[in-house]
Amino acid sequence: MMPELSRAAAVALAAEQAATSRNRLLTAPALAVITVFGILPLIIIGVYSFLKAAAYGGVVWEFSTDGYLNFLFQRDIFDDSLQFAPDYLIIYLRTLIYSVATTAICLLVGYPTAYYMATRPPAQRNWWVLLITIPFWSNLLVRTLAIMFIIRDEGLINALLIWLRVIDKPITMLYTNFAIMLGLLYSFLPFMVLPLYASLEKLDFRMVEAGHDLYANKRQVLWRIIIPLSMPGIVAGCLLVFIPALGSYVTPLILGGGIHLMIGDLIAQQFGVGRNWPLGSAQALILMAVVLIALYFYVRNTSGQVKHG
Amino acid sequence: MAKRRPPIDIKAQPGFRGAAYICVILLYIPIIMLMILSLNSGEAVGKFQGVSLRWYATALQNKEFYSAARNTITITVFATIVSTILATLAAIGTTRVKPWRGLGAAFMVINLPLMVPEIITAVATLSFFALLAGALGLNFGIGNLILAHTVFCVPFAYMPIRARLEDMDLTLESAAADLYATPWNAFRRITLPLLVPGIASGGALAFITSFDDFTITQLVAGPGQTTLPLFIWGQTRKPMTPEINAISTILLLVSIVFVASSFAIARRRK
Repeated sequence: MMPELSRAAAVALAAEQAATSRNRLLTAPALAVITVFGILPLIIIGVYSFLKAAAYGGVVWEFSTDGYLNFLFQRDIFDDSLQFAPDYLIIYLRTLIYSVATTAICLLVGYPTAYYMATRPPAQRNWWVLLITIPFWSNLLVRTLAIMFIIRDEGLINALLIWLRVIDKPITMLYTNFAIMLGLLYSFLPFMVLPLYASLEKLDFRMVEAGHDLYANKRQVLWRIIIPLSMPGIVAGCLLVFIPALGSYVTPLILGGGIHLMIGDLIAQQFGVGRNWPLGSAQALILMAVVLIALYFYVRNTSGQVKHG
Repeated sequence: MAKRRPPIDIKAQPGFRGAAYICVILLYIPIIMLMILSLNSGEAVGKFQGVSLRWYATALQNKEFYSAARNTITITVFATIVSTILATLAAIGTTRVKPWRGLGAAFMVINLPLMVPEIITAVATLSFFALLAGALGLNFGIGNLILAHTVFCVPFAYMPIRARLEDMDLTLESAAADLYATPWNAFRRITLPLLVPGIASGGALAFITSFDDFTITQLVAGPGQTTLPLFIWGQTRKPMTPEINAISTILLLVSIVFVASSFAIARRRK
């Protein structure tokens, strides 16, 4: 036994531990800034959603549930009775359908892409990742404008089809549901590919070999081994597409032309032209609730993954 | 070709290569087309007549473009510096630390801006600054935008810095401690130099995120606070000329340069 040494070690260990617990204070500045300028604003719109709307934007500090009532009902101007008005609900449902469809199609195109990337030799893999990362970080507004230039009546597709004499009058694609779906797919595809790739890159291909050794064919290996093993990546990718798709603002603004609204535009309108801040706040909170439900399923799913090892 | 056909590649799945190529082609057609159209010498936004840099010259002579560029650079530089410092401190505080009770919550708060849809952050921030101005008479001018950008840049800067700290070889830090380095000296001489690539990579991502932001900026910006994305949006509301393609291309090139350098820095030494 060497009591001297062990005492010195204990002192050093204690000092080190004190230092490492003190390090937690380093998170304080970031937490303070995000709390004041990120969380407090969310609480404010939470409060606003229960206030009365002022005539020209802003709020009157009087409790009211009009924000939420106006979401589903319209007050009759003559007898002040509430009438069911599904306009906003329809926009929410439409947004939900767009977002689910975008997520599904992105997965359908993104999964093979990510798998192909992950099975390239390492040097080639980096180039593929860079190729997907560039659109991921490129300006969404600019990319959406580029789509607009392609599908306009005078755009690339129509010009090409007319030149090929397939059609003689341009097909209207801009400001349609098709335009919004195309824009959403194009915007969010990289968001699907990157997390899928991160998960598939770590795949243990000995499992695939074992599958083949046991006489599984390629399709069985894909469905029974590769896809189940990459489930965390699939869930993460779907979430990374689904949540921002729900809140899409730029895409329907430019490609929907104000005709085919999504939730994002609806909320922005209440803070601009429509000028009903409590209604806009209520709409934002309802959207947030949908997002939280999606996140809940994500957390439940991933914690399940951990349990299974 | 004298190469022998390799035996069946067990990793390959039928049709996956085609999907990958289609995916990349789809992602790049619009971007490349926009860049080509920006070199158009004609007046029409979509009809290519000849190669020239004419519209870049027009853009660079446009006073509104200059003031938008100046605003963008002011906001982006401040937001990048502040968010990268906050993120670096937070990354150390969440990795070089004994697990503490608030750690999970701290992690959630830092990543919150990623989980809230941007449009919600936008209207919430707008309400917040309207309330500050209305109730307390506080208006930081362009500082409002810097603060808003800083919040959503923190998680983007945080991720690569944290990843770098987690991958780092801890034996170097404990060797320094063994050699009687104070915690501060060990940090300054060992950890920080090793962390520089992570900080640079995180800073680059924060820069692009702030530089490209449209939604939050559009709702929070006051008069005279037009940034480049807002300027482009304003241009689409008028009869368009290829000038918009030239400015868009400049924005794309800035993003590409920053992504590529962040990528190169993160990959080196790995």
